[in-house]
Amino acid sequence: MSEPILRVDDLGVRSGAGSLLRDVSFHLAGGQRLGLIGESGSGKSLTALAIMGLLPDGLTAHGSIRLDGSQVVGAAERALVGMRGRVASVVFQEPLTALDPLMRLGRQLAEPVQRYRSLSRADLREAVTDALLEVGLDDADRIARSYPHEVSGGQRQRVAIAMALATRPQLLIADEPTTALDVTVQAGILELLDRVISERGMSLLFISHDLAVVSRVADRVVLLRHGEVADRGSLAELIARPQHPYTRELVAGARELDGAIDHPGGLA
Amino acid sequence: MSAVAELDVDDAQRMPRRRSLTLAIGCVLVGIIVVIALVSLVYLPYPPSDTSGSRLAPPSPQHWAGTDKLGRDLLTQLMIGARIALTVGIGSVALGAALGVTIGVIVSFATRWLDDTLSALLDVLIAFPTLLLAMLIVAARGASLDSAILAIGIAMSAIVARLTRILGKRVLSQDYVTAARVSGTGRFGIVFLHLLPNIWPTLVVNLALQFGLAVLAEASLSYLGLGAPPPNASWGRILQEAQGTVLVAPVGAIAPGVLLVILVIGINLVADGLRDIGDPTRRRRR
Repeated sequence: MSEPILRVDDLGVRSGAGSLLRDVSFHLAGGQRLGLIGESGSGKSLTALAIMGLLPDGLTAHGSIRLDGSQVVGAAERALVGMRGRVASVVFQEPLTALDPLMRLGRQLAEPVQRYRSLSRADLREAVTDALLEVGLDDADRIARSYPHEVSGGQRQRVAIAMALATRPQLLIADEPTTALDVTVQAGILELLDRVISERGMSLLFISHDLAVVSRVADRVVLLRHGEVADRGSLAELIARPQHPYTRELVAGARELDGAIDHPGGLA
Repeated sequence: MSAVAELDVDDAQRMPRRRSLTLAIGCVLVGIIVVIALVSLVYLPYPPSDTSGSRLAPPSPQHWAGTDKLGRDLLTQLMIGARIALTVGIGSVALGAALGVTIGVIVSFATRWLDDTLSALLDVLIAFPTLLLAMLIVAARGASLDSAILAIGIAMSAIVARLTRILGKRVLSQDYVTAARVSGTGRFGIVFLHLLPNIWPTLVVNLALQFGLAVLAEASLSYLGLGAPPPNASWGRILQEAQGTVLVAPVGAIAPGVLLVILVIGINLVADGLRDIGDPTRRRRR
């Protein structure tokens, strides 16, 4: 197997004396999809930030993170700026805060597009339109002229995905990209992710608290709990034969919710 | 996506962008003072130091606003005062904003201990009395309009820097800044594309407030002899000089006060209007 696009070894994150993340290891080869599952506070998002070298002030990472072969932990900001976007991009949970409220969507999207390749004005506009069309926004011209508050949550998340994809990354980190959206919109976004990831042959690190959502896009999962890896394996394996008590709990919880659709009021 | 969202957007686009009423009123008020100041550059009813009028005369065809206790024409003084007020306001706000925003932006990027140190330093500077600072500067450079502007601008910059730091930190913690960093935007890009546009609406309102305060600060500096020396009649000095004779000749005390109020209210209304223009979410709601 070739060098994986992302290899995390014994990653830990500390805040002063406290330890927020311990001994997290996983790897992701080109074209693979990995789900990172855990409840809130388990360190999922922290892992994503550490991978991008974007940990907040006061938090320090140790261990090793290799993005496309280069070490992220302890790397200089300058080296990281060159790596971000080209190697890996992130889609955030809340599309409203992930877009600058004072900038038209077209201009915001133009930023990463232009950073990746310098284009003339007309070509840039066309590239922005294409990028919007790729994420399923058919009235691209209107969206490009709108401000974030003028379009729906699902449309905002599509624009955010278009921005993450604009730099042609090899790895997409999706941090709870559907959690802030309602269920029907969620399905559309998951479909979109699934499609672009396959079309471009990218790798995906999908972070979520929701086993059902992860099962739609990922084939392998890592379960985080209290800042440690609780369980890991192929999704089918885990769901069929959950070993770890936390895994069993998660699977049972997801089943229960699914069952509720067939038997309304069954939970009460 | 959903039909509701579509409708929403169409609605917003159909709505004509209404001119802000506050901006219009503000422009008129500020315009009055600006016109007075501009006229004073080319025409004054009397030379500034002409004391030929009778003392404390009430308004008359010769002296539209009457005269002060030295027999100088009050209208002449008020017109010069408009020029001084605008000069001080613009000068000190420009200085205070340039210094303050630069420092504030740098501090908002600073990591923990550097941030703490610089913030403490700013607090000390804010606590440092403006008058004492002005005295130091006047002692070094002599009393002049420039010294007053320098003192007021420096004192203002500390306040602006602290505000910029607070607003900046909040913007920098937003996901869209992280998203920009993820896509490889450097610090300069983040400052000019995201940070400044997002703190501008709040900042501009505060700067308008500072403009009014600067004009008032100059008045008190003039009173202490630290402001612009005569014949640069500032409204503050006219007010102070008329203080003792307010019952005999009320115009001398009322007129500069009214002009000061017109200018400060006007500036604040303009600032409100500018904020609305800078913020698309507000623009739509109106």
